[in-house]
Amino acid sequence: MKLTTHEQSMLDGKDGKARQKAMELLVRYADALGAERFVATDNVAGVPGSTNAFLQKYYQHKGGGGYDAIFSFFDLDSDELIEVPKAGAHTCHLQGGFDPDNWQILGATPESFKISQESEAFIAGRGVQILKTCTPYLAGNVPKKGDHCAWMESSAVVYCNSVLAARTNTEGRESTSAAMLTGVIPDWGFHRDEYRLGSHLVEVDFEIESVMDWGMLGYFVGDAVQERIPVLRGRFAGADLLIRHKHFGAAAASSGGVEMYHIAGVTPEAPSVEAAFGGRKPLEVIPYGRAERRRTYDNLNSKASDPQVDYVMLGCPHYSLEQIKGACAMLEGKRVSANCNLWIFTSRAVKAVSDTQGLSKQLRDAGAVLLTDTCSSISQAIPPGTKVAALDSAKQTHYLPAFMNIQAWFGSTQDCINAAVTGRWNGVAP
Amino acid sequence: MSADTLVLKGRKVVGGVAEGEALVTRQTISGWGGVNPMLGIVTETRHELRGVSFKDKILVFPGAKGSSAWSAMFHMARLAGAAPKALLFNEMTTKVALGAVVMRIPAITDFDRNPLEVIETGDWVKVDADRGLVEVRKAALRTGS
Repeated sequence: MKLTTHEQSMLDGKDGKARQKAMELLVRYADALGAERFVATDNVAGVPGSTNAFLQKYYQHKGGGGYDAIFSFFDLDSDELIEVPKAGAHTCHLQGGFDPDNWQILGATPESFKISQESEAFIAGRGVQILKTCTPYLAGNVPKKGDHCAWMESSAVVYCNSVLAARTNTEGRESTSAAMLTGVIPDWGFHRDEYRLGSHLVEVDFEIESVMDWGMLGYFVGDAVQERIPVLRGRFAGADLLIRHKHFGAAAASSGGVEMYHIAGVTPEAPSVEAAFGGRKPLEVIPYGRAERRRTYDNLNSKASDPQVDYVMLGCPHYSLEQIKGACAMLEGKRVSANCNLWIFTSRAVKAVSDTQGLSKQLRDAGAVLLTDTCSSISQAIPPGTKVAALDSAKQTHYLPAFMNIQAWFGSTQDCINAAVTGRWNGVAP
Repeated sequence: MSADTLVLKGRKVVGGVAEGEALVTRQTISGWGGVNPMLGIVTETRHELRGVSFKDKILVFPGAKGSSAWSAMFHMARLAGAAPKALLFNEMTTKVALGAVVMRIPAITDFDRNPLEVIETGDWVKVDADRGLVEVRKAALRTGS
């Protein structure tokens, strides 16, 4: 590996023990990848220092426990205890923990809430922005074209590369925590031009309109191309709306490992199909028509049979202000059924605006709850006694039934709101 | 080396040596939502290894998929004593590279032959990642059947 003078000096310990340990980890990681150098980054999104009961207990007797110990031994995979200094690069904390205003609703114990608050205070004290969302791009962190980033959260990574044309790999807990201290990340994968070109062509033969349509298309594409880079050609209604990309990318990153996609004439690095492939031929051409859409819908709904719905969860990825407004409009003059719960998840930033706009109150008055920081899959929190959920997110449908051993219906936001109001699933197959 | 031993050559991802029984899957493995790191078993609903333990196995698989918490999940598996002994895989990603690093186990990729085609579950495998070498003793031959 070729190191710059600054990188070598960090590795030699001239910038302190913490940066040395972070560099050691990044060098091991870069060697594993086969990267030849690092690239500077000033935009890191991770989960530094975040703690669960297992880690808390595991490190209790190592280095005296506490958050410096967890950061040293787990985040930096160091064998030595170090004191965590201020972040060296702009860093935000992604989703995790508990909504500080509604932790009891989420079923957190006072102990686990205290741990979550303490780890948050620790990391905030190191200069990390507590955005607590899987959608940092809706909460003030919007990198520009060409920016090198080090982001976790697969749905945010795919948005960052595809829609914003900034550059990030799917980083992990340890690499983002190390990048937070050093401001460097291996120059590999999506940081490099040639890696960003398309591999598979998806020919979409009908117009993709609703958010639900975009979600199903994403789920199909992820399964079809796995971790490769799809280029889509077709007609897309509302293709400029970020909500549609948010649902498409999250779905493609959960059924497969899609970290970047191109839509010809829509996404910034795909002025044309040819440009998206960089003049190369697609490895495969994959058709997507109404039959494929129906198969995807049936596949997403294969884990549900009971029409009685007791939980509706919206906000995967975290809802935008527009989506919260949309849910309010659908609930106007109606109330969530006494036999059902409606939880909507968003970021603290969007919640603050929703409060100001009176949207949070509208939801409360209709019997719904607006929650922040997490989601049901992340916190593994669902209303007590839930057997059947309804979801408008293909990603959440992919994960939640497996985590919680419940049934889950997938449909449009309107189908989900109807289910919350009536307590019954009446979703219509496309 | 006896006639019943196959040798594969690849590129070192993480150095070190290990030997053990192979666990082979043709499906990519998800970390968060795909495995129970405390028990070292695959939990993904439709995975062919669902319920199967990878603890102390030489895990032979196409690569990693899914959430960015892949490394953290397998890192916890190491702490819980439930990690595999080595990783042999085809598709390099940041997830599997970082996961191998923090599990601190030998890992090899970029093989001269597809390990998914020549290694079967139950084969005895010696991994020398520093030299990029994998020695496979076939289970069928080992038991003389």
